[in-house]
Amino acid sequence: MGLKILTEHINVPGIETLEVYRKQGGYRSVEKALKTMTPDEVVEEVKTSGLRGRGGAGFPTGMKWSFLAKPEGIPRYLVCNADESEPGTFKDRWFMEHNPHALIEGMITSSYALGANTSYIYIRGELMFVLRILEKAIAEAYAAGLLGKNILGSGYSLDLHVAPGGGAYICGEETALLESLEGKRGNPRNKPPFPAVKGLFQSPTVVNNVETICAVPWIVNNTGAEYAKIGIGRSTGTKLISASGNINNPGVFEIELGVPVEEFIYSDQYCGGIWKGKQLKAVVPGGSSVPILPANLILKTAAGEDRLMTYESLADGGFVTGSMMGSGAFIVFDEDQCIVRNTWNYARFYHHESCGQCSPCREGTGWMEKVLHRIEYGHGHQQDIDLLVSVAKQIEGNTICPLGDAAAWPVAAAIRHFRDEFEWHIKHPKEATLPGAVYRGQLAEIVA
Amino acid sequence: MAETINKVTFSDAAMAEMQRYISHYPEGRQKSALLPILHVAQAELGGWVSPEAMDTIAEILHIQPIEVYEVATFYTMFNLKPVGKHVLEVCRTGPCCLRGADQLIETLKQKLNIEEGETSTDGMFTLKPVECLASCGSGPMLQVREKFYENIDSEQRVDEFLEMMRNTPVETPYHQK
Repeated sequence: MGLKILTEHINVPGIETLEVYRKQGGYRSVEKALKTMTPDEVVEEVKTSGLRGRGGAGFPTGMKWSFLAKPEGIPRYLVCNADESEPGTFKDRWFMEHNPHALIEGMITSSYALGANTSYIYIRGELMFVLRILEKAIAEAYAAGLLGKNILGSGYSLDLHVAPGGGAYICGEETALLESLEGKRGNPRNKPPFPAVKGLFQSPTVVNNVETICAVPWIVNNTGAEYAKIGIGRSTGTKLISASGNINNPGVFEIELGVPVEEFIYSDQYCGGIWKGKQLKAVVPGGSSVPILPANLILKTAAGEDRLMTYESLADGGFVTGSMMGSGAFIVFDEDQCIVRNTWNYARFYHHESCGQCSPCREGTGWMEKVLHRIEYGHGHQQDIDLLVSVAKQIEGNTICPLGDAAAWPVAAAIRHFRDEFEWHIKHPKEATLPGAVYRGQLAEIVA
Repeated sequence: MAETINKVTFSDAAMAEMQRYISHYPEGRQKSALLPILHVAQAELGGWVSPEAMDTIAEILHIQPIEVYEVATFYTMFNLKPVGKHVLEVCRTGPCCLRGADQLIETLKQKLNIEEGETSTDGMFTLKPVECLASCGSGPMLQVREKFYENIDSEQRVDEFLEMMRNTPVETPYHQK
């Protein structure tokens, strides 16, 4: 078993209560940071750790923190992004549900480092049951003097609140999240100014993912240098991976970055192999927005080396032969899954979730969904494939926020790696639209 | 300035919850509590928010009614017309479909004799396919109010689920207090 940083105590009965959490060593980082370290020292430890944002972008957390503007007399805010809405991603929901005090501890330590005296956890509105778990834990923390005025006699004060969203995927984008937190539609803001300069209520703000914030206490307790020893290269530490799709053991796994992808898929410690003894067809390794990879390319890089669960290895080869770590949402497809249908499903998602602010995204996502729908349902034309590539290209990079890219990349990648499957659908509309019909390469051509 | 049509009366518990959310934000930023308050109102008012409810919320927050309308119409969790006793929000997104979500939706349509977005004739169920609900490892699944029902992967599980829901009273968190 690998090293567990975030999930070491997650199965301890009653870990969601303050009493049990503290018995497992919980809130030590608050004591250490507030009483023995300056805020800048905490920031330096996080920089040294090499911790990267676990929400999907993978930006170095310590560097992001150091960008925060610190004008006198203006409040600063830390906002936790718990809006987890990317298809395939459920690690943060699972973690908050089972270990709410770990997030609260991370929020206190991180808020101290940033000089924030009020912080917010923006959580998906769908997760009201998790909101209530968090609010119960926050009340316990207030009662124990871990939140509120003069925490543990340190002179530092912090108020922490949870705010629910309303069911919009776009609010996972940090500026849309801030708009939503201010009670508005979740339309992303133009950048600059970046939230570090003008964020929540026009004040300097850091927005971090749940998992990122939860890694901070371990770094404070054990030093950034120790954290940096875990993992490989610039992929330091551990990562929560939410595995779903056609595997025997779907769920959330904490891995040391660097585990071979093949081991992650087939080992009983993790995914436990492909469901019902079938063959692996493809994997989306980092959430629905990242490029899909066929079986051969997810297991090995183009150079024939083992593909590893690291930011660099999953991206090896760029989008020609690689993909992205993203949020760590690992979606596995067996041989019986139709790539065209799956691509249409994601296109529908992005069309539904586009906020409509930018024309390329608003119009393009709908266009892609329609074209994919007609291919899937037996009314496609050969030129539709190139049309999809063209539309995806026109969306990519031409929108205020990354939702446009997130919509375009899965379509472009599916065609890049499975073009023959799209062609087969168009050439054989009757067979392709039968329930359970799946293109199986040359075999399908022979049968046809 | 828009005129208030009719006011809605919220329970004391709901009003207290709304005021608690308002207190979370700095002076002059009370509009930030709009989404949490819409959730409270929807739970209080049988699963949807009427124009009258939105007007009342505008008064509570000292903002214009249009500011409430434009938010309530943007977020998919807010129902703007009456719904059944139980709103079955079925995840229809990729990972759940890999485990049979399409079939779950079809089975529910057949058993309830309704299409997507419709309410059963007895007023018991509204079927509302939704995008990803962050339960991809335990699909197919659906949500009813604040609860997730996971791994509903056979007709028998669907039957058991519907039977259980028929016998489940609706209680909002505010009624329970």
